[in-house]
Amino acid sequence: MRTNTLTPARRIALALLSTASAVALLFGYHTSTAGPLATASTPSVALVTDTSDTSAASGTAGTAGTSGTSGTSGTAGTSGTVTGGVAQTRWGPVQVQVTLADGTITGVDVVQYPNGNGKDVQINSYALPILIQETLEAQSAGVDMVSGATVTSVGYTQSLQSALDEAGL
Amino acid sequence: MSTRSEVRREVVHLMGMPVSVALRGRHATDARGSDAWAEAVASLRDVDRVFSTYRADSWVSRLDRGEVEVSDCPPEVAQVLALGEEARVASGGAFDVRATGSLDPSGVVKGWAVDRAARPLRHLEETDFCLSAGGDMVCHLADPARPAWRVGIEDPHDPTRLVGVVEVTRGAVATSGLRHRGDHVVDARSGRAPRRAESVTVIADDLVTADIDATAALALDEEAAAWLRGRPGRRGLVVWADGTGEQVLPDGPSAAAHPRDTGCARPRAGCP
Repeated sequence: MRTNTLTPARRIALALLSTASAVALLFGYHTSTAGPLATASTPSVALVTDTSDTSAASGTAGTAGTSGTSGTSGTAGTSGTVTGGVAQTRWGPVQVQVTLADGTITGVDVVQYPNGNGKDVQINSYALPILIQETLEAQSAGVDMVSGATVTSVGYTQSLQSALDEAGL
Repeated sequence: MSTRSEVRREVVHLMGMPVSVALRGRHATDARGSDAWAEAVASLRDVDRVFSTYRADSWVSRLDRGEVEVSDCPPEVAQVLALGEEARVASGGAFDVRATGSLDPSGVVKGWAVDRAARPLRHLEETDFCLSAGGDMVCHLADPARPAWRVGIEDPHDPTRLVGVVEVTRGAVATSGLRHRGDHVVDARSGRAPRRAESVTVIADDLVTADIDATAALALDEEAAAWLRGRPGRRGLVVWADGTGEQVLPDGPSAAAHPRDTGCARPRAGCP
């Protein structure tokens, strides 16, 4: 299980928003033969966590075809994890987990991928599947590098990669 | 897991873009690591001298003006032009080094140059590296069992955010989009810039392939994901203009994120 450890410097360098108000992580699957415009895929997991609320985080069930998600405690200002329920997809179970530290989301992990444990699945042994973190703040992603549309030296100073480079030795 | 404090980072500006390296392991901070990085930078400077379209005295600029023939140029020029021709054919003409009317092999050169510049870094024993030029990178682990490099994929709608993370042990990641340089990618067949596909990220064994495929897919616009799916072994992510993302995993499930399905596209926009 990956843990996200951010040094204070990194946290400052990458701080873009002080709080992540919500996380919504959705996975939809459709066959690889579907056309590019196919948007009929059914979300199989939906986990919504509201960390701006001081009440316990609530997990909400996704749409049809999903299992309900269950939240453990996720009170703002505290640390812990929220693990969604296991959703059965045609490729196998999918489960996601959100990690909180001091009320801030520090990571989203897929603890189960359709083909088994998330960290054990490799495609052509080169790369894991891309984890869509549509609403995850960059500060919390624990990344080493950033891939983006052609970054010029002019735009670089405001880029996430610049923040990463400065956070290095 | 290796801690982040063990990562050495360097950045230089070459060819108008930042070139960043992350090194970790045995030679990350010693003289051998420094020498390899210096060699990588020198290699990129050489490429710039030969291929830059911003330098009137580069071989490519002289070739474009008809002052020299390909056979007069260093052999790398023919090699890069051949790669560009392969890409033109593979993309049905959407990718073309002459798309803008003059010879501009930049879309091929970057991946080719970074792959080449990474060679001295690969020779460092027990040392991992990730070498990025303007957001396109080659990642390498000395031992695949070591912790993978985590590469964030920038949100084309908001460069301060990420749309995904890909873990790479050995391979290349390239992203093409319109955000940072304006409409610099056009479909060579129609001359128009893509409108439906906002950015395309491709993961491949080498950066030449990843970079060309990302650029060609972006130029193909609404056909981007379908075209990538037909490329053997490619993995990628297309971010559409409507904010949705579509993964391309040729031999497995293809996942798409549909944030709008929750009625909450952006958490900052006052979502629940």
